[in-house]
Amino acid sequence: MTRRKAFTVAAQGLGGLAGAAIVLPAAGFAVAPIFHRGKERWEAVGPTGDFVADTYRQVVFTETEGIGDAGKTTAYVRRGLEEYEEDPSGFVAVSNRCAHLGCPVRYVEAAGNFICPCHGGAYDFQGKRIVGPPVRPLDHFQTRVRGGQVELGPRYSVTSQLEPVRARDPGEFTGGIWEYLYPPRPSTFPPP
Amino acid sequence: MPKIPDSIVPAPLRKPAKPGQSGAAKGQAPSDLKTSPPERPTDVQRLTDKAVDAPVDVLAWVDQRTGASGFLTGMLFRKVPKGTNWFYTLGSATLFAFIVQAVTGVFLAMFYTPSATQAYASISHINNEVPLGALVHGMHKWGSSVMVILIFLHMGRTFFFGAYKYPRELNWVIGVVLLILTMTMAFTGYLLPFDQRSFWASIVGININGTGPVVGPYLSDFLRAGPELGATTLSRFYAIHMLLVPGAIIALIGAHMYLVVKLGTTAPPWVKAKKLKSATPVSKLDAGADDDDRGNGASA
Repeated sequence: MTRRKAFTVAAQGLGGLAGAAIVLPAAGFAVAPIFHRGKERWEAVGPTGDFVADTYRQVVFTETEGIGDAGKTTAYVRRGLEEYEEDPSGFVAVSNRCAHLGCPVRYVEAAGNFICPCHGGAYDFQGKRIVGPPVRPLDHFQTRVRGGQVELGPRYSVTSQLEPVRARDPGEFTGGIWEYLYPPRPSTFPPP
Repeated sequence: MPKIPDSIVPAPLRKPAKPGQSGAAKGQAPSDLKTSPPERPTDVQRLTDKAVDAPVDVLAWVDQRTGASGFLTGMLFRKVPKGTNWFYTLGSATLFAFIVQAVTGVFLAMFYTPSATQAYASISHINNEVPLGALVHGMHKWGSSVMVILIFLHMGRTFFFGAYKYPRELNWVIGVVLLILTMTMAFTGYLLPFDQRSFWASIVGININGTGPVVGPYLSDFLRAGPELGATTLSRFYAIHMLLVPGAIIALIGAHMYLVVKLGTTAPPWVKAKKLKSATPVSKLDAGADDDDRGNGASA
């Protein structure tokens, strides 16, 4: 290696280092939220007596803080049912976020189903998909009872057999071979 | 380099006429020596002449230091093929739509607040209270659709006229990147008013991104700056919308136009190339190349 070549390589290397020193922190800053998990948040949504087993009660609570109404989300809450092998003293909270693309589904009392207004997805009483484009059942929220109040916690997704898994975004599979295409994200909470 | 027109070059810098070109016969004294010297101009005349010359002198001063006139004449007076028609203006129309977006966007940014709790209020302030605010916002909002429509028409023109073929493939690729960046602008801009429509449309859009295999879930987290649409999602979209992507678009438009000027435009497909009678037939040229064994020695 000639002296000229050595200096050229050294100068280019230094330039590369200087560039990396600028670009890497900036890029890391932009992608950091992918790896950050926020604080676990629980919110009381009503006394236990408000909720029954055979139908849902709609509650609105804050899922994301600091953005006002936009951070609120809707859940449908009922007591556990033994016929579904649920704890009768516990509570089930189903998210209204459609598992297709995230539109807000509503519970239709007369049909006992959840219906999505956007693309015609429908779910049964437990939130399992009946028809339409959704790829998995409706998400759930963790529940607990504190001081006579039902509290809702972090979101989790379920497989078609209602086994809890880490929260997935709408449109992402939670079972079968396709779930390997949608790895769990570090920003979500472990399932209960 | 093309010759700079004499009219914009200051008098002292002009090339003097070559002997014999001024019309005078050889061996004779220049004509201006034969006549009596011109009358001395009055002060008013001199000042007027100077004032008239001043803009030209300024332009010439800049031109001498930048060589811009050569570049500009080369770019603006370039030859275009026979048959060039109105379809060829779609690219410029797209550029104009982008300029409208850039200008109105700058002024909207003076009133807009990229905060989840204040964005909607600042947009209604622009629409209802700022003078001409509704107009500027409307130009930006409808102009975005105009730009997307024009970019597709421009792309269709390029495709159906075969203008993407050699040697213009790279310009097609740059154009496709510009199309993607324009769609990114449309997507990120949609959230900014932060009303019900933009909120749910962005949720759906982010979730469609999330269905991309393997990287999709992480892309969603990147776009939202977290697992849910949150306090920094809006400012993130705003930064992408007004800083990141416009910079990239401006740079790529520069590259796109450089290649247009460098490579020239194509004739429409229905214009047939003129056959030159004197030209050697292609078949003969090929034969000659094969048989020719002069060899330049480099390959031996």
